Amino acid sequence: MTPLVEVREVEFAYPSAGGTVARRPFAIGALSVTVEDGEIFGVIGPNASGKTTLIRLLSRVLVPARGEILIAGRPLGTLARAAVARDIAVVPQDVPRGFPYTVEELVLMGRYPHSPRRLFDSDDDREHAREALGATGVLDLRTERLDRLSGGERQRVMLARALAQRPRLLVLDEPTAHLDLRHQVECVGLLRRLNRESGLGIVLVSHDLNMAAEICDRLLLLDRGAAVGVGTPKVVLTEATLEAVYGCRIAVGTHSATGRPTVQLIWPP
Amino acid sequence: MTRLLAALAALALATAALAVGALFVGSAPLSGRAVVAVLTGRGTATPVDEVVVLSLRLPRIAAALLAGGALAVAGVGFQGLTRNPLAEPSVLGVSSGAAFGVVLAQVFGLRAGPLEALGLTAFAFAGAFVAGSAVYLIAAGAGGLPVHTLVLAGVIVGIFFSSAITVLISIVDFDRLGGVVHWLLGNLAPLPPPALGVFGLVTALGFWLVLGQSRRLNLLALGDEGALQLGVDAERVKRRAFAGAALLTAAAVAFAGPIGFVGLIVPHALRMTLGPDNRTLVPSAFLGGGLFLLAADTLARTLIVPAELPVGVITAFCGAPFFVYLLRSRSARIAP
Repeated sequence: MTPLVEVREVEFAYPSAGGTVARRPFAIGALSVTVEDGEIFGVIGPNASGKTTLIRLLSRVLVPARGEILIAGRPLGTLARAAVARDIAVVPQDVPRGFPYTVEELVLMGRYPHSPRRLFDSDDDREHAREALGATGVLDLRTERLDRLSGGERQRVMLARALAQRPRLLVLDEPTAHLDLRHQVECVGLLRRLNRESGLGIVLVSHDLNMAAEICDRLLLLDRGAAVGVGTPKVVLTEATLEAVYGCRIAVGTHSATGRPTVQLIWPP
Repeated sequence: MTRLLAALAALALATAALAVGALFVGSAPLSGRAVVAVLTGRGTATPVDEVVVLSLRLPRIAAALLAGGALAVAGVGFQGLTRNPLAEPSVLGVSSGAAFGVVLAQVFGLRAGPLEALGLTAFAFAGAFVAGSAVYLIAAGAGGLPVHTLVLAGVIVGIFFSSAITVLISIVDFDRLGGVVHWLLGNLAPLPPPALGVFGLVTALGFWLVLGQSRRLNLLALGDEGALQLGVDAERVKRRAFAGAALLTAAAVAFAGPIGFVGLIVPHALRMTLGPDNRTLVPSAFLGGGLFLLAADTLARTLIVPAELPVGVITAFCGAPFFVYLLRSRSARIAP
C-alpha cells in the first residue's frame, strides 16, 4: 500500500543572511520517513531541530533542495498549490494579531483550495464550513470575531478551518502550546475522535513529550535536522536518547493508567 | 452576498441622487428650470445653458465619480496587499510618482486627445510603479514591512517626487504647463469626451484587477505562510493587486490630479459598516469613493462662490484628522 506521506532523502538549508558561510548548513539533512494512512504521527525534538522546517516542506511553503516528498504517491513538487492544500491542511499555532474576520469567514477560507477561481463562496462551501464548525464544537461562535475568542476556542476554530479543507492529512503545529490542562485534554480527545471516525492522517509537531507519547502511534525524534529515532513512543522515548538529544537529565517512566511512556525532567539541585 | 447587494443598492441610490443634485449647482447663474429644460430637451434652454450643463457640469460629475472610485479601490488594494491600514495612494507616495509622470508627459507636450490621454496615463502608471516599488524596497530593506516603516518610506518617496516635480516646473517654460499648479492641488475639471473615455476604460481595468484578487487578499491577512498553506500564491496576488491599484492611482492622478486621502477615508468608513471582506469592499468602495469625491467637489464648487476651492483641499482637511485617528486606534489594525 502506498503510504500517505513519503519523505525521501530530503535536504533543505535556509539562505544565510548577509551571504556569509551558514552557521548551520542544513535545517533538514537527508531525512527519510513515511507516514501511513490513518496514523497519528508525532514530530518531536529540541528548538532548531527542524520541526517547523518540516511543516513548511510538507505544506510546500518551502521546496526541498534535494530529495522529494510524495503525498499518496504523487510528488509534491508536481502538484499545484491549491492541490497541495486539498491534501494537506496545516493548523497553525495562532492567527495574526488583530485578524479582523469572523469565525465563519475564517473557516470559509479553508474552502479556497477547492475553488481557487471562484470569487464568492457557494452553498456547498457554507455547508462544509458548518459541518467543520460542528465537528469541533464551535458552531455557536460562528459570528464572533477571532480576536474576541479565548485561546482554546481559537484552536478549535483553526481546526475547523483545516477540516473544511477536506484534507487527507492534518498537520498541527504545537496544538497544545497555549492551552490550559482542561483544553489540552479536550484538544487531544478531539484529535483522537477525528482520527478514529474519519481515518484522517495526523502529523503533530510538539514540545510536549508526554502528550505526544500518549496520542501518537509513532514518533520521529529530530535533532539538528536529522532523524535520531523513528518508532513507537516506547522505542523512541528512552532516557539515553532523550538525555543525549536534549542535553539535560530526564527520567522516563510508565503511565499508570495507559502504560505509555512518561517523561519527567530531573531538575538540577 | 445579500449584504453586498444591499450596500451597492444604497450607495448607487445616494450617488445617483447627489449626481442629479450636483447638476443644479455651480458658479454659472443658471435657474433650476433651465437645467431641467436642458435635461428633458423641452422648454426654453439657451445654447449657453446647454454648454454649462452638458459640457461643464456633467463631465465634471463623471470625472469626480471615476476619480473617487478609482482612488478608493486603490486604497482597498494597497491596504490588502501591504496588510497595512494606513496604506493609501497619497500616503504611500504613489500619487506623487504618478503626478511626476504626468508633469513629465506634459513637458513633452501631451494634452487631452484620446491617444494623448492614453500616453498621459502610461506616464502616470510608470511614475506610480516606480514610486510604489521604491517604497516597497525601502521599507523591506528596513526590516520587513511594519506599519510605520511603510508609511515613512511612502512619505520619503512622496517628498522626493514632489521635489522632482518642482524642478521640472522650474526649468520648463511655465506657459507650456498651463494649469499644472492648479492641477497639482487636486482639481476636477470638465474632461473632453475622449479623455473621459480613456479614464473610464483604465479605471475599469484596474477595478477588474483588484476585484479579481479580492478573495485572495482576504486570505493574505493570514500572513504569507498562512496564505501559501491554503494554496494562495502570495507573491502573485500582491503583484496583481499592486498593478491594479497603481493603474487606478495613475488614472485618477492623470485626469483629476493627486487628490489625497480618498483611499483612506472611504475604505475605512465602509469597513466599519460592512466588515473586512474585500469582495464586498472593492465594489462598495468604487461607489462610495465616487460619492465622497462628488460631495467634496460639490462643496468645493459652492463654498466660496463665485471662486472655487481645489477639491484636494477638502479631502485633505477630512483626511488628515482621519489619518491621526487611525494611527491612534488599535482596533482598526488589519495585522500586526
